[in-house]
Amino acid sequence: MRNFALEQFYFHQRMRFAGLGVLIFLLILMLRFIYLQIGKYDYYHTQAENNRVALVPIVPNRGNIYDRNGEILAQNYFVYTLEIVPARLDNLQDTIDRLSKLVVIREKDIKNFKKLRTQTHNFESVPIRTHLTEQEAATFAVNQYQFPGVSIKSRLFRFYPNNKTASHLVGYVGRINEADNKSLESMELSSNYKGSEHIGKAGMEQFYETILHGQTGFQQVEINADGQAERVLSVTPPKSGNNLILSVDLKLQQIAESAFGNRRGALVAIEPKSGEVLAYVSMPTYDPNMFIDGIDAEAWRELNDSLDKPLINRPIRGIYPPGSTFKPFVALAGMSENKRLPPFSIADPGFYTLAGGSHQYRDWKPGGHGMVDIQKAITVSCDTFFYGLAMDLGIEKLASYVRHFGFGEKSGLDMMGEIGGLLPTPKWKEKRYKQKWFGGETIIVGIGQGYILVTPMQLAQAASILANNGIAMRPHILKTVEVPDHSKRYDIPQTQVDLIHIEPEHLQIVRNGMIDVTKPGGTAASVGAGANYDIAAKTGTAQVVGIKQGAKYNAAALDERHRDHALFIAFAPAEEPKIAIAVIVENGGHGGSAAGPIARQVMDYYLQGKIPKEAAPANHPVSQSTAVGSQEQLND
Amino acid sequence: MINRFKYYLLRSLDPFLMACILFTCFVGLFVIYSASGQSFDKVIGQLINMLVALILMWMVANIPPNILERLAVPVFFVALILLIGVALFGEISHGARRWLHLGIVRIQPSELMKLAAPMMLAWYFARREEGLRSMDYLVAFILLMMPVALVMRQPDLGTSLIIFAAGFFVIFLAGLSARLLISAGVLVAILTPIFWSMLHDYQRRRIEILLDPYQDPLGAGYHTIQASIALGSGGIFGKGWLNGTQSQLDFLPERTTDFIFAVFGEEFGLVGNLLLLAMFSLLIFRSYMIASRAHNVFSRLLAGSICLTFFTYVFINIGMVSGILPVVGVPLPFISYGGTSLVTVLLGFGILMSINRHKALVPSS
Repeated sequence: MRNFALEQFYFHQRMRFAGLGVLIFLLILMLRFIYLQIGKYDYYHTQAENNRVALVPIVPNRGNIYDRNGEILAQNYFVYTLEIVPARLDNLQDTIDRLSKLVVIREKDIKNFKKLRTQTHNFESVPIRTHLTEQEAATFAVNQYQFPGVSIKSRLFRFYPNNKTASHLVGYVGRINEADNKSLESMELSSNYKGSEHIGKAGMEQFYETILHGQTGFQQVEINADGQAERVLSVTPPKSGNNLILSVDLKLQQIAESAFGNRRGALVAIEPKSGEVLAYVSMPTYDPNMFIDGIDAEAWRELNDSLDKPLINRPIRGIYPPGSTFKPFVALAGMSENKRLPPFSIADPGFYTLAGGSHQYRDWKPGGHGMVDIQKAITVSCDTFFYGLAMDLGIEKLASYVRHFGFGEKSGLDMMGEIGGLLPTPKWKEKRYKQKWFGGETIIVGIGQGYILVTPMQLAQAASILANNGIAMRPHILKTVEVPDHSKRYDIPQTQVDLIHIEPEHLQIVRNGMIDVTKPGGTAASVGAGANYDIAAKTGTAQVVGIKQGAKYNAAALDERHRDHALFIAFAPAEEPKIAIAVIVENGGHGGSAAGPIARQVMDYYLQGKIPKEAAPANHPVSQSTAVGSQEQLND
Repeated sequence: MINRFKYYLLRSLDPFLMACILFTCFVGLFVIYSASGQSFDKVIGQLINMLVALILMWMVANIPPNILERLAVPVFFVALILLIGVALFGEISHGARRWLHLGIVRIQPSELMKLAAPMMLAWYFARREEGLRSMDYLVAFILLMMPVALVMRQPDLGTSLIIFAAGFFVIFLAGLSARLLISAGVLVAILTPIFWSMLHDYQRRRIEILLDPYQDPLGAGYHTIQASIALGSGGIFGKGWLNGTQSQLDFLPERTTDFIFAVFGEEFGLVGNLLLLAMFSLLIFRSYMIASRAHNVFSRLLAGSICLTFFTYVFINIGMVSGILPVVGVPLPFISYGGTSLVTVLLGFGILMSINRHKALVPSS
């Protein structure tokens, strides 16, 4: 039995206990506040800032590309695009159907749109039509309220105003793909490409991507929990990419390209003293504007499947036997070993045989050239002379000498994907074919046939080194980098990469031999006709299909694509060279008649500003010179 | 004449409690204005809620405790029947069955139970005053667990916790022996796994996420993480009224109701938090004094329970917002937007005022 007082005592005891509990719990809350609001303030402050602040990239303007005279090769311009955010649409097809009543939407646009959609997130804006006319933009703007999730944007587009001209040189930009993203990541450039949609994919656009792209800017935006921007906090403006000024002369390029007509081939022109590339031709070309927002499948197939291979960057990726254009370098190699120095001569019977052998290595001219010394051997392109010289030198000595002229080595041109060609040696053959080197293989390398392969770039570089008396300059396309506001320019330094010691009299012999090539009696007499400056040149014809012993080459009878390649190297003016050129016309036949005239037009313009009167020959000049071609067998 | 009328109207209201309540409500209006994204409608709405609740408080404050004592049993059983009605015919919203339509009125009987349960138990212990035995505690416990279980099934973990706390405080203050208390504690430890299995998935998840909110930063842990960020980034002096980025940019969920303290803590900082806690402490202190001075068993137990339950509200809400308790739906008294819980809390203070005012009328033995 309890009494009231006891009950009250218990109550107060319990209340005191509870009161103590309340105090303890209050203290816990206070300590928690202190922990959160003082102890971890910095941490949570950062978290809150990260929550509310988003960085929105501002894509920089890409630098322009100019030729050496300031002619535009690549630039940007604003276009209206009609864009769709797929995530904000209920019915995509219906929207497209309704849109096509307002603006023209072609089958191609829809295809492109679907392709882009697969590469982007659902909430990203994807263009369905680009290059809207003012009229179309206005029409849509009036009806915009009917199209939530569709908007008109003004985008900066890359534009190549010269279309097909110099496309392999300038290259193009294309949409950034998975592979690009990976390589950007590996170069730790990803953050600079937030927001960028395009990246250089070929040519100068690709090689100088980092110079052209510029520095991405950022806008600090306050966002709410739904990610919608509430206000702009700060802006770090982007830095535009720098402009490129190339050493190439657009007009020269155009003359060279039109000189090719619709023939396939390549031309590289270099200023020997500086290594500056003056023209860089790969024929046929393509329109780089097609690639900017993703080329459509049909156009791609057409380009890719074409037998003419327009996508191949021939100057650095096309490989050809140098043919007789190789002979001046063999001559120098021989003289450097004191072989065949004048007045040494041979009586050319029209063929060469190895001592004790029966195989006849034929000269291109049946019956031979009579008495031939080393200078005349170049002028008339005497095969017999060079067969013997190559054999006498041996492949090792020959290869190690001409390597200095860039054969078998990449030229180091500022262009991605260059191939180094092939300068064969016994060691190479052993490794490649597990076979011994045969003497006969040395013999035909002496006239630029056999295993030896060169790119037009290498050939031009070799001609340039020869023209520059053995001083090898690194060939380069970029001449100057200019800051976006044109206020400052930085010239690309010219670097000497090699110095070949050549006796002046040897050099003079070769030069004289090459000058005579374009004089009456030379293999390219027509190329020099009427020129009021001396042209040192060498023609070449590279065999595409092997010719049996005793058989004759008949251009007319051969399928067009099996005809010989026509080659031509030259520099002019011969005594004070300002330009060195290599030309290859695929399946063009004879170097003197097919490739030479192209070089002549280029030199005439570059040295004298002469613009060719008539358009380039429309078709293969081989037909007109069939008689000559059939006379000249292996090499001219 | 006017003075006498005023006196008649207001004599039932304890000035100290009234001052604290009005001040805290006033602060609450400012916080709601900020938390709702500067919505005057919400402020007006809450103002109306406050006026209604204050009038109800005043009415209860004028009911003498002995009448409350007589009302205890019928109120409890009516509330219990309504709870059963909710379980059978209740309206489901947000995955829980909490509301009951009675013609034109829609009521939440669980709220009523927050007061009915302690009243019932206080009445029971007052009856058994002459010879309390262990059996009585068991009976009281069973009486309490009926509504607690019903509310938990709704499910409404927060409210069932408050009802349980309110009832438990009565049993505790009635002198439940320490030995029994300890054995009950042991029993709870044993029953915890069973309790765990009875919880809904979302309730279990809440407890798991409490232990590590970063397990699920965008899902169940989101509330806790964003609230901690809001409080922590408020620092000592806060970001200023209407300037809380977590609050104003919608990062805080349920920020006008259960998580409103995060808005307060972000904008007013540690200083504001401590001041608000001080206001609550004053209310608890005054309630404590009233309970201590109450003159009979029913009043004492009921007043003591109301005082401690009020603290429980504050502790659970602030504890969950600041990340030391699981997220259970308990509003912060006077600050959270909403009329129902405000009415319940102010009715409790009305009872306290009644007990305080009528102590002289109750015969003291």
